[in-house]
Amino acid sequence: MLLAGVAQGCVYALVALGFVLIYKATETVNFAQGDLMMLGGFFALTASALMGWPYWATILFAVAAMAVVGMLIERLVLRPVLGQPAFTVVMITIGVGYVLRGAVTMVPGWGSDTYTFATPFADATFKLGEVIFAVQQVAVIVMTAALVAVLYVFFRFSKLGVAMQATSQNQLAAAYMGIPVRRVNMMIWGLSAGVAAFAGILLAPVTFVHSNMGFIGLKAFPAAVVGGFGSVPGAIVGGLIIGVVEAFSGRYLPEGFKDVAAYVVVLAVLLVKPSGIFGETARKKV
Amino acid sequence: MRFLFKTDYEQDIRLFKHGGQRFWYGLLALLLLAAPYLAGEYLMSQLQFICIYSIVGLGLMLLVGFTGQISLGHAAFLAIGAYAEALLQARGVPFLVSLPAAALLSAAFGWVVGLPALRLKGIYLAIATLAFNVIIEEVITRWEGLTNGNSGLHLKPIELAGLKLDGDASFYYLCLGLTGLAVLALLNLLRSPTGRAFVAIRDSEISASCMGVNLATYKTMSFALSAALTGVAGALYAHKVTFISPEQFTLLQSIELVTIVILGGVGFVHGAILGAAFLIVLPQLISLAKDYLPADVGGTGLQAVVFGLVLVAFIIFEPLGLYGRWLKIRIWLELFPFYRRGMFRRQKSYMKSERLR
Amino acid sequence: MSFFRVENLGIRFGGVVAVDKVSFEVPRGQVFTIIGPNGAGKTTIFNLIGLIYPATEGRIFFEDEEISGLTPHRVADLGIARTFQNIELFEHATVLQNLLIGRHRHRRTALWQELLFLPSVRRAELAQREAVEKVIDFLDLAKYRDSLVAGLPYGVRKVVELGRALATEPRLLLLDEPSSGLNPEETDDMAFWIEDIRRHLGITVLMVEHDMNLVSRVSDRVLALNMGMAIAEGTPAEVQANPAVIEAYLGKAA
Repeated sequence: MLLAGVAQGCVYALVALGFVLIYKATETVNFAQGDLMMLGGFFALTASALMGWPYWATILFAVAAMAVVGMLIERLVLRPVLGQPAFTVVMITIGVGYVLRGAVTMVPGWGSDTYTFATPFADATFKLGEVIFAVQQVAVIVMTAALVAVLYVFFRFSKLGVAMQATSQNQLAAAYMGIPVRRVNMMIWGLSAGVAAFAGILLAPVTFVHSNMGFIGLKAFPAAVVGGFGSVPGAIVGGLIIGVVEAFSGRYLPEGFKDVAAYVVVLAVLLVKPSGIFGETARKKV
Repeated sequence: MRFLFKTDYEQDIRLFKHGGQRFWYGLLALLLLAAPYLAGEYLMSQLQFICIYSIVGLGLMLLVGFTGQISLGHAAFLAIGAYAEALLQARGVPFLVSLPAAALLSAAFGWVVGLPALRLKGIYLAIATLAFNVIIEEVITRWEGLTNGNSGLHLKPIELAGLKLDGDASFYYLCLGLTGLAVLALLNLLRSPTGRAFVAIRDSEISASCMGVNLATYKTMSFALSAALTGVAGALYAHKVTFISPEQFTLLQSIELVTIVILGGVGFVHGAILGAAFLIVLPQLISLAKDYLPADVGGTGLQAVVFGLVLVAFIIFEPLGLYGRWLKIRIWLELFPFYRRGMFRRQKSYMKSERLR
Repeated sequence: MSFFRVENLGIRFGGVVAVDKVSFEVPRGQVFTIIGPNGAGKTTIFNLIGLIYPATEGRIFFEDEEISGLTPHRVADLGIARTFQNIELFEHATVLQNLLIGRHRHRRTALWQELLFLPSVRRAELAQREAVEKVIDFLDLAKYRDSLVAGLPYGVRKVVELGRALATEPRLLLLDEPSSGLNPEETDDMAFWIEDIRRHLGITVLMVEHDMNLVSRVSDRVLALNMGMAIAEGTPAEVQANPAVIEAYLGKAA
């Protein structure tokens, strides 16, 4: 059960990661992150079911496709509202979420049905001593860890990654240093959407693929808040915490608490330490 | 082109700034009062909904548009008002008592939600209100002894001073009257110290505080008032739909309520009414349009897509909302042919960090 | 009894000591100026007095009552008003509405009365309007009365900021760099206003300023700061001749 919680937490962590990336760079809260995950799941589904590609190929396809979608969204929808207050930008992302959900139900072949997604790990288990592990869940954890490692290397050592860090800390200074800020923002969105797609693929075996799958993404907000907004390690830790808390409350608390557990936790964190575990507080200079 | 030549302080305080305003609003009032005799049953139903959502819009406009806070959980207050009314009516409490009770209960919850607002800003506050909404929804669902859980509650028609308000016209007049009162209350608030304090908090908390505005008092007051208005709307809503259940008050509903304020125009009282009207009319327009579209484009997806596109389009192209667009048109007509294209143009800017607000 | 007194006031931000044990006293009815090079901690002291930052050490007394732990709005209620270095006006409101906020501490009406807009509220509103009109006359803001602040030139906004502080009818006025960003004519006007404020309105002024001409012209006493510490206090002439002050501004003689 702990494993299930950790595995679920990994998915939350990935969604939270995607949207912390965007927040760090542009201070935009992307309420459509869950829906990007959903769309990624559908892309993967199409690749797998309709085109018969193997699992790993579908991952690449979905991630790449979503990266393009993410970049398009940034270019078309977010760039025109650069500089507007955070609240309006949040509402725009909510609007984008609506469009994604609706559009998916309108595509022939997708619609509002629920689809299963075939993975190489389905139903397999293995025993380690006395404990039985589900391969599926272990796979989720391993793959998440792998992605986080890749991202870490990317941000630390690659030119683009360093450029992204620069823009997230000070846009104007980065621009003066010759970094194409707008293009980097676009790529951050692409990266974030790609991460969301990855999360969607990992989530698909559990929740199946359907147009409302993205609502799980709402739980990524508590994850990001608990870990500390604007902190990448925080997103991971926060996601894991929420996943584990949910698993435990599903087991030990009466029915229905499982759904609200995440929100109760986030309210508690907000009241006690709004900046979360790794977050920072800032104050206006008058 | 009308010039207002001010000669005494009263002119600043009056609600109607000049005779022209009195004429047009008077005409509107006459039309609205005569509606039951002019409109059919369907239109009457829509007008009732518009009134109800206008009251919510006014409540949200007070909080978001005038005090600068955020709430992604207002459906919770709608639920509290609706359930309070349903439960009180079931126990035989007269409407004249249950309606204020529903408002007060909502206000109390609103006050409670306002407390975290003292420390939280921006996205944190949004998430806190979101969490509040989800928790309230879950509590209502689980507390089956009180609320009948997912099976929901039924409501009987309102009995006001012996009169049964089960006709279209009578319920409509009730809604219209309450909407009018809400508008009046909000306008009164805005031209008095409390309203100014709210606007000060929106524009600059630090200097509002240094001018003597007690942030704690006024922020919680704003939340409480906003919740009270929404609670009243909730009670009316319950009677309108006659059957309430927790799934009518979800996060999606909260988001729709916020779009009333955004589409109507943040910071304008008219915006609340226009936004509510637009929200009610939009699905009708989509249904009409469906008749002209090919058969397989359709389903519920179309509504979501159009709604999302409209929201995105408004934010990008018309951030001042419907009322803002109306203002621009009116100024264009007034200044014709001297209207300057760049009058309302926003300055392109780099992102200014909201973390330091 | 002293009018306004600060004792050993200090604050540190992490390892940086921004203000270090500064003490001074402002007698009633005088104009007291704090000068010092950039980064000396002048505006920080203002923020400490206005209780926007909590001091890590020291106490503040207003009319012999300690105000060190109050919230900013309580300080405003006691009669201390301030302007801000980077103008903190309410951008989406008119000049008139900005000034009316200044009257907030003089309101006498309750929420329920305002919701109904009873005649008592109407009377109160008219009284506020009259009080604000006096400030508008004093500062020559009449032609900007109904303009939105967002569109006004910088010099006018500084005056509106001053007007808003005056509208609170303070007994102690804190001016944070009143002449920064103003051209010579506007600075002249500002000097006249500060003198009028002291002489005709009887308000004590505590200000932070860089413009030495303005300082010499209007101040009764001057306090010089450097690196968060007080290095000299006296009349403007005394302080400007003080070798420590000259060294702080111009550096040591080679």
